[in-house]
This record gives sequence, structure tokens and C-alpha cells, in this order.
Amino acid sequence: MTDVSLGGTRETDTIKAGYLADMRRKRMYSGILLVVFFVLLAAGFGLADSRNAGGFWDGLSRIFDFPAELIAEAIAKGAALPANLVRYVPAMIETINIAAVSTLLGAIAASVLSLLSTRGFARWPRLIGLFRRLMDVMRALPEIVIALVLIFVLGGGPVPAMISIAIHTAGALGKQFSEVNENADLKPVEGLASVGATWMQRMWLGVLPQVAPNYLSYALMRFEINVRASAILGFVGAGGIGEELRVAISWGTGRYDAAAAIFILLFLTIVAIDQLSSHFRHRLVGTH
Amino acid sequence: MLRLVDVTRRFGKNTAVDSVAIEVPQGQMVGVIGRSGAGKSTLLRMINRLIDPSEGSIFFDGSEVSALRGAALRSWQRDCAMIFQQFNLVPRLDVVSNVLHGTLNRRSTVATMFSMFPREDIEQAIDILDRLGIADHAPKRVETLSGGQQQRVAIARALMQDPRVILADEPIASLDPMNAQVVMDTLRRIHDEDGRMIVCNLHTLDTARRYCDRVVGMRDGVVVFDGAPEDLTTAVARDIYGADESFSESSTSTSIETLEPAYSFMREAEAAI
Repeated sequence: MTDVSLGGTRETDTIKAGYLADMRRKRMYSGILLVVFFVLLAAGFGLADSRNAGGFWDGLSRIFDFPAELIAEAIAKGAALPANLVRYVPAMIETINIAAVSTLLGAIAASVLSLLSTRGFARWPRLIGLFRRLMDVMRALPEIVIALVLIFVLGGGPVPAMISIAIHTAGALGKQFSEVNENADLKPVEGLASVGATWMQRMWLGVLPQVAPNYLSYALMRFEINVRASAILGFVGAGGIGEELRVAISWGTGRYDAAAAIFILLFLTIVAIDQLSSHFRHRLVGTH
Repeated sequence: MLRLVDVTRRFGKNTAVDSVAIEVPQGQMVGVIGRSGAGKSTLLRMINRLIDPSEGSIFFDGSEVSALRGAALRSWQRDCAMIFQQFNLVPRLDVVSNVLHGTLNRRSTVATMFSMFPREDIEQAIDILDRLGIADHAPKRVETLSGGQQQRVAIARALMQDPRVILADEPIASLDPMNAQVVMDTLRRIHDEDGRMIVCNLHTLDTARRYCDRVVGMRDGVVVFDGAPEDLTTAVARDIYGADESFSESSTSTSIETLEPAYSFMREAEAAI
């Protein structure tokens, strides 16, 4: 910071003065930032509240009315719960199937795309930008939009849901996979290149063993997200548990007991996937 | 005075430290030696209470350190500074901030979260850095410093705590011989000038001999030697390290200046046998 070279009290004073000045400047900056943050927060909230159709403060007290009604009715019809649970299992399985297939397809596409867009691993380094933008596009398109278009073209059912989720998954996982790739070691790949391996061999034998645990971990988390996504797509006619939920949860049809059963099934599924994924992740990491 | 009474630590089936009983009077510089896995680090970590003993008690000036909890425990940790092999600094913060971390226990959590350290503390931190000869690096990020400089920042953080005990866990094991000597000289100087108690894990004999008032040798969690550095003969060293006749101290020496004396010492020892 200072031009003085070696130690001594006079120099120490210069260092102190310099450091304290730095500190004051930093404090001022963070103070200004803090004020700006709170002003923006308050202003933004005011704007959002003024554009709210019903009025935020009036509605605030009624937030829990609907859940309360749902839970009250579900408890009142508690005896029907086991039957309801059994009844919706096939729809739940359909939803899980959509999620599983789309996660698998999406993850395969994501692995290839991520390797093609990581510096050091890319097959065609000049096309890194192209593959990155491709993943951006796939990530930017919401599943529900693709699904709506596909349902319009192909008709309702699980196939459009699967394709739309797979596209989004390829983009989202590709981004996470390429971050994993960034942290992978280049030396093994160089080692394999030195024995004359092809790109495919280098990736499969040199990179995948390093990144597989993290890939799996992200893919399993994506699977969890996709179960939820495929349930939502049921609302627009893609089948599965979402379709059942839409029917059950509509206000005033008196089928809240069925809705409660579906929520319980969804919750149990997510818990099961979470447990399974941590089990497999530990086993995979353990073997390395 | 630091007093360890039958301190034992188990990890699963392994006993890392086995009924260690030692007393360290105020103002002594103790070197703990032994091969890797002998339980030296575990012992130091238990004194600082980074880990808890499975059995036994640790006392300091009459109060039972091993029974402390919560705020009282953190207050003991302030009095008992720790220096690590890998420095354990925050690499992306500047040198002075890292030194100021030594005051965390005295300051309020909210104030420190916003880096609101008093001006006197900042000046004291820079004075300590000046004492250790690295004041010029005060505004730099720690990660831009060399290993030896980083270890001196860690020592400065320890001094900022104004501790009654300094524990150093292999402070020079990650350093080259030149920096190792600077760091050990610094520790010895702190001991001589401030009269603080220092317990230092070392894995080279010559360093322990050269810098410490007393040497404790550990093997498989048990104290097998406790005495003056002069009593540490080659035979005793072989016992501590579990080595055979081929063990030669000079071959493991990492110190520049002590190479020659250590070698002559060995010849003396061998002549005596």
C-alpha cells in the first residue's frame, strides 16, 4: 500500500493510517448499500401491495382459511383415508414414472452437453458457446409451456409431459454438471490422451469416475424436483397424480379428503426419494 | 498451571490418547514429539476443547477446563490459543481482519458480523504484526501470503487473544526449513518475552531439542518419555518412534542450523554407548 519498504514505528503508523482509511471507506460503502437495500425493499413492497388485486393486508388474515377447511374436512372423513391412499397409488406411480424417465433422458443429454461446454474437456472448443446457449434456451423454457404446446400437438397424456420435463432437465442439470466439471482434475485426462485415447474414452474413463458422485447427487435432487413438476403438469392434462389433485382440490366439490390423501402420497414419495438418494450417494462416494 | 489427569480419548475402537497424566507449570515451553498417529494432535485438541476427552479431566489453575460448557468454555478457548499445521485462517479476508478474529470472544456477535472492531484493536493488531515482522502485509488478503507468513499471521491471531496458554499443533510441518526456523524462533521469542506457556507438537527431534524446555514423547497414545531435552538420547528417540537401529536423526532433520549440532550430538550419544 505504502511506498516505504521496511519495518519501524514511523512506517507502522503509516500502515495503521492506511488500513484505517481503507476500513472507513469499506464501512461507508456497506452502509450505503444497506440503506439502498432497505429503501428498495420498502419501495418494492409498496408497489407490489398497490398492484395486488385483493389487497395484501385485508387478505392476510384469511391465508389459512383454505388449508384449515381442507384439514378439517380431511379429519372429519378420516375413515376414508386408507382407501383414498390406495386409490391414488396408480396415479402416483404414473407421475413418478414420468419424472424418472425424464430425469434419466435429461441427465444423459446433460452429461454430454456439459462435457461439450466445459473448457479443457470440450470435443470442439470453438463450439463451447453454442452448447452453452443451447442449455440456456432449454433451461429458460418453462416445462409447462412446452407441455402445453406438445399436448396441443400430440394430445394429452404422459408422453408430452415427459418430453417437456426432459428438455428442461437437460438444461438445468447441464448447468450444474458443467460446474462439477470445472472442479474436475485435468491431469487424468491428459494421462489418457498421452496413451492415445479417443475423446469418448477420455471422458468415459478419465472424467466420469471423478464426477459421477456429484452427477448422481444432482440428478437425484432433480428427480425430486421433477416429481413435483410432473404433478403440476397433470393440472394441464398430462395425466398422473396432478390431474387427480386438480379434480379433488377445486373449491366446493367436497373432496378435500381425497386432496389430503394425494398430499400425503406426494410427501411420502419425496421423503422416500430423499432417503434413497442419500443412501446411494453415500455408497457411491464410499466406493471411491 | 496446566494439569492433565488420566486423560483418555477413544475414536470407536481406537484409543488415540491413553491415560495421559502430565503437569505443565506456568511459563514452560513443552515440546510433544511422536510419530504420526501417536495422539499428539488429539491431546492438544482436547486441551483447547475442540474435542472432548472420553475419560479423565483437564485442570488449569484449579478450575476444571474439561467440565466447562457454553460461554465459560468459549472463554477458556480465548485463554488457550491454538496454532494449526494448516494455519486455519480465513484465506479471503485481509491479514488484519484475521488477526482481529483473536478478539471475537470479547466482542458482541452483531458488531463482529459487520466487522465493527474498535480502533485500538486494529492498532494493536498492526503492532503485533509489526512485532512479528509482517506489518507490511497488513492490508493484503491472507491467501496471497507465503506459508511462513501465514503461520505468523496465525501466531498474531493467537497473541491478539492475549492467551495464558498457546497450543501449537505441528506449526512448522507445512513449511520449508527457512520458514520453519522463522516460525519457531517467533514462538520461542514470545515465550521468552511474554512468559506464556507454550505446548508445541513437533515431529522432528532436533526442533524439540533446540527450542523446548521440556520434551514429552508419545507413542500409541501413551506418554513414554517426559524430561529435559538433554535426556533425550538416541535410544529413547528410537523407542518413541518405534524405530530400529537404522533410525538416524540427521536424516529426518528439516532444520538448517541444527543439522550440524544434531549430528554431533548423535555422535556424542553413540560415543557414550
